[in-house]
Amino acid sequence: MPIIDTLGPSWDLVADLQILLHYHFMQNAFLAGTLVALAAALIGYFMVLRGMSFAGHSLANVGFAGATGAVLFGIAPVVGLFFAGLLAALGIHTLNLGERQSRQSDIAVGAILTASLALGFLFIHLATAEYAANVYNILFGNVLGISDGDVGVILRAVGALLVVLAIIGRPLLFASLDPDVAAARGVPVRGLGLGFLVLLALVVAVAVQVVGVLLIFALLVTPAAIAQQVTARPALALMIAVGLAEIFTWLGLAVGFFTPYPVGFFITTFAFVGYMLARGGHWLIQRLQQHGVAMSEGGVA
Amino acid sequence: MTEHMDAPSVVAPAAEPVIQVTGAAVQLGGRTIWQDVALRVAPGEFLAILGPNGAGKSTLLKAILGLIPLAAGSIRVLGQPARRGNPAIGYVPQRRHFDADVRVRGSDIVRLGLDGGQWGLPLPFLQPDKARVARQRVTEVIDLVGASAYVDRPIGELSGGEQQRLLIAQALVTQPRILALDEPLDSLDLRNQQGVAGVIRHISRVTGAAVLLVAHDVNPILPALDRVVYVAHGQVAVGTPEEVITTETLSRLYGTPIEVLRARDGRIIVVGQSAEEGVSYHAHH
Repeated sequence: MPIIDTLGPSWDLVADLQILLHYHFMQNAFLAGTLVALAAALIGYFMVLRGMSFAGHSLANVGFAGATGAVLFGIAPVVGLFFAGLLAALGIHTLNLGERQSRQSDIAVGAILTASLALGFLFIHLATAEYAANVYNILFGNVLGISDGDVGVILRAVGALLVVLAIIGRPLLFASLDPDVAAARGVPVRGLGLGFLVLLALVVAVAVQVVGVLLIFALLVTPAAIAQQVTARPALALMIAVGLAEIFTWLGLAVGFFTPYPVGFFITTFAFVGYMLARGGHWLIQRLQQHGVAMSEGGVA
Repeated sequence: MTEHMDAPSVVAPAAEPVIQVTGAAVQLGGRTIWQDVALRVAPGEFLAILGPNGAGKSTLLKAILGLIPLAAGSIRVLGQPARRGNPAIGYVPQRRHFDADVRVRGSDIVRLGLDGGQWGLPLPFLQPDKARVARQRVTEVIDLVGASAYVDRPIGELSGGEQQRLLIAQALVTQPRILALDEPLDSLDLRNQQGVAGVIRHISRVTGAAVLLVAHDVNPILPALDRVVYVAHGQVAVGTPEEVITTETLSRLYGTPIEVLRARDGRIIVVGQSAEEGVSYHAHH
């Protein structure tokens, strides 16, 4: 769906930016996208570190049932998303699926994921036919349809996340990397694990509007995974993850605006390309290093 | 790092104990793990906790750390009741390796041992002095364990021995009076076992910290040991290796005939245990 049929990029950067930010819906899209990318990249770093990308992704998918259920019962979708996420968080926590992934936890998470998608399917069936069209928005996001009120909700949620993360960030890092020692040092490892899942549910609830429950992986996991390939310094990795998430989001919004194709597709695709480049680059560097070692050893011998 | 086979240091028994265990017992899931445990650890003493699998060696360490409640008796650490999070004890839990995909520097892992439990954002530019002292402390302990060459590499890419050295550095970074190590030599190859054992002996001399080391094989640390704590079948025997690793004591502990042989070259070999519990100790002199 082309946004403005007659517009294409003029390739004059300033003029293009002016057009991009001319419309109120695009201003809202950029605001919401920037905030969501920030929050998702930060929480995503811990998700990758804790080895629970799949559990986190499933928590997002449970949001599908939450959002559709919320509409059915006349609640705001974002509230439904958050409470579904909270329930999923409690489930994951109680079943101890937050531990580093094992085969058993993968199965349990997959079972919960599918059951919740089926529940969402039922809710859509029960809701009016008119609403069924909105399913696309929940699954893939609707960043161009964000209202001023939505921006306000996202702003408050991301603000709360930043404050909480600033307080618990360091013990959470400790507990994520080294739970046994952290527990012996008096760090409330279990409590932090649950707190992390609640924060994740909050991020997912607000991020769904931008990228949808199915594409959220692109902002949560991919930037953090690339950042951890690039550097082993936690603070720097967090900054790189945020930077990448913002770049993917802004590029996706800009390209989506000037082409007839959806924004979510571009955000996800840019993230994927970035990930492939990072993996490829990492592989190449390792090969070169091995080659270099072989060469120097050969030289010594 | 150079290794010295020092004779065990002589510890005055009258010194104020860093750990005092009195009549202690632990029950887990209704089962008594051990009882009537009495132990006094003097400052700087080097103790090995030995015994068959599942006898409660790690449980004893965790009770001292305040991670497991006692069913009876008391444990006092530096005159205070044992409590979780005591910075006076450096702890290296039973080995779990960092997964290969954990991409965080070794120095960050060590640093977390210093202030990883503190809430709030670390803002080094607000307290430059404090940050400098912290960095210096981290550098010192990394030098002490001989890990300087690889502290900037992701911990997941390091070998088991290198990871173990960094985890010991992490435990040391709070300058503890007691170092509690749970099977630090297991799952290491022979060369790394000797290397890490050398590091631990070096630390106990340099820092003066009391060392409590749970071991499956006493061999690599025997030259440094002051005393052994032998845990078996719910009971505990404490004494020098010569006193405890004997036919009489081990037979009494296990409740089945055990024979301790001393070879002409000084090695100690324990025979008569079931295959599951079988451990043989060799001392090279």
